[in-house]
Amino acid sequence: MRTRDCATCRPLFLHVIVIVVTASLLVTPRIVSGQDGDPQALRQELDQLRTEFETLREEYEARLAALEARLVALRPGQAEPPQAPPQAVPAGGGQVFNPDMSVIANVEGAAGRNELTDQPSLSLSEVETALQAVVDPYARADFFLSATPEGLEVEEGYITFTTLPAGVLVKAGKMREQFGKVNTLHTHALPWTDLPLVSQNLVGGEEALADAGVSVSKLIPNGFMFLDALGEVYRGDSDTFSTSSRSRLQYIGRLRGYRDLTEGTNVDLGVSYANGPSAEISDFTKQLVGIDATFRYRPLRRAIYRQFVGRTELVWSRQDLPAGTSQGAFGFFSSGDYQFARRWFAGVRGDRSGRVLDGTLHDSGVSLALTFRPSEFSLFRGQYRHTRYAEGVTANEVLFQLNFSIGAHGAHPF
Amino acid sequence: MCTRNRLVVLALLVAAAAVGPVEAAVRIVATTEDLGSLAREVGGDKVTVVSLARGYQDPHFVDPKPSFILEVSRADLLIVVGRELELGWLPPLLTSSRNARIQPGANGYLDASANVRILEIPTGQITRAMGDVHPQGNPHYWLDPANGRRIAQAIRDRLSGLTPADRAYFDQRFADFDKRLAAAEARWDARMAPFKGRKIVTYHRSWPNFMDRFGLNVIGYVEPRPGIPPTTAHTVELIGEMKRQGAKLIVMEPYFDLKTPQAIATQVGGQVLVLAPSVGGTKEATNYIELFEYNVDTVAAALERTTARVG
Repeated sequence: MRTRDCATCRPLFLHVIVIVVTASLLVTPRIVSGQDGDPQALRQELDQLRTEFETLREEYEARLAALEARLVALRPGQAEPPQAPPQAVPAGGGQVFNPDMSVIANVEGAAGRNELTDQPSLSLSEVETALQAVVDPYARADFFLSATPEGLEVEEGYITFTTLPAGVLVKAGKMREQFGKVNTLHTHALPWTDLPLVSQNLVGGEEALADAGVSVSKLIPNGFMFLDALGEVYRGDSDTFSTSSRSRLQYIGRLRGYRDLTEGTNVDLGVSYANGPSAEISDFTKQLVGIDATFRYRPLRRAIYRQFVGRTELVWSRQDLPAGTSQGAFGFFSSGDYQFARRWFAGVRGDRSGRVLDGTLHDSGVSLALTFRPSEFSLFRGQYRHTRYAEGVTANEVLFQLNFSIGAHGAHPF
Repeated sequence: MCTRNRLVVLALLVAAAAVGPVEAAVRIVATTEDLGSLAREVGGDKVTVVSLARGYQDPHFVDPKPSFILEVSRADLLIVVGRELELGWLPPLLTSSRNARIQPGANGYLDASANVRILEIPTGQITRAMGDVHPQGNPHYWLDPANGRRIAQAIRDRLSGLTPADRAYFDQRFADFDKRLAAAEARWDARMAPFKGRKIVTYHRSWPNFMDRFGLNVIGYVEPRPGIPPTTAHTVELIGEMKRQGAKLIVMEPYFDLKTPQAIATQVGGQVLVLAPSVGGTKEATNYIELFEYNVDTVAAALERTTARVG
């Protein structure tokens, strides 16, 4: 009965709209003619009104449909409710295909003496612009443009083919090399203001190890764990591997295993291998072997208040020397980060690393970090860092970090 | 020796024959236990269902664990809540799944929010100064049984499309669920009818569909803004408002800290109710109908008590 009422009120609504629009049509020409009387302008005006009328009509029809659906929903036991109003968000014209965009800024500060680094007391160390979207039904693309005091560069820019057969995932473009865990994390996802010594000395240098190349990975099905095998080929243009020859390439191989121990704890293990032309001694090969392990604890009921991540990475480097011999070096870090309140995190890290060209020169350090995250979109961090360099220099520093982002909500780092 | 071998072979053949002809079930992965439960209702034994987030977990903050990648990689049908609820964790799972069947736009991707009634769609300019606002409306829409029915219907239609041979089976399962749900709704409506217009405070904006359905009036939130933890100033203000309006009940989710709500309840002489925001949110909420059974019963019992005390 009530639905029938509504069915009759639909034409009534439309009639009202028609009358209103017709009336305005009658009035508008006079205004237009009062302006210049150009028939072209009149026609445009009419077209515009027609569009407006159509929009209005559509709006009212949608509202009526919604009302009808509500009426139906109010009657319990309706065996087959008609399709409820599709409350789709109206597509925003051309903008709907714009990529998700976000800008992440990193402000760093340092106090205390360190003769071996040139980190200023305060700097806007990086502004990263991320542009991410689906390319077509077969792929998505991610761009990270990084502006630093050294200049503007494409930190990463790659396409990911998500729908290939046989469970293969292929990326191509410039990207962070999947050597170990820390190298793949962007600044805002790191639990420290700086990179561990082993990353600085052996993997990547000041920046992360990133290059132009192709990455192929495949899940290895087994009943026991998540197992992902990955192979990558790069051009060889980074602070770690470098060549101008087309015939020399850099390779990465990685095997990653992951397993849930309980619903709130898990382990993540990886073995990585890198081989390529050395950046230190041109035309000579350098090899890296890495082992990384991560243990996570996050009780699901208290996931927003408590979390612990324990992490370690060990890296062996072997640099071929002109004399036909080779030079080995080893470095590692271990860290623990604990979330003790909804917005507070405390962390500790121990570091030790040799240097590529002289494995007997060791740098070592200890760091304590405290992080406050007002929301998902900003963080303040203080870090005390004690470093003993192989040169015999000791540095005690307090480092500060302020990281904030605007724009699209990115994925939570894991 | 030879006969024994033959027997073994025969036994294996029989076993293979017993296992062989069984049609492979549609593998469904649902992002939450609610969707998982509805998929089970409709799919019956023609489907296997895995739910990713647990019902007692904040669905906004789920880790995109590789074990989830494995589940998604094997799925024939992925059912998501949508409305940006899974924004922080589903995209990396989709990318890493290497599964073309369940990518958005494919037949195996079902956004459960497409045909339901959504509340709190923001109008005008929105910014993050408002907290974690969802530009496409409140994503906790499954907490209205009428929406549950619509989700089940969408699942039925999609499953019928994926395995047309089982259409009649899914139709029958849906009809049966619909009947049971309708009977339960009549019961819940009757139980809640005496409390129409009663004032309630909730922790997060997880409950608008539930409160709207049962005619309860939400007058405030423990969070000053969605996703922003309670502040002293806001708590003081809320206590004042609850006293002025005579609101006694604070409804919250199991994954938030009890401390602030309990302090407020003490101040206003009220009570904190930890409801199940999802199937699995409490041990009683074992499926979609039991979820409402538990929540309606808990709320009605508490409202009866406050009525008795006032009377």
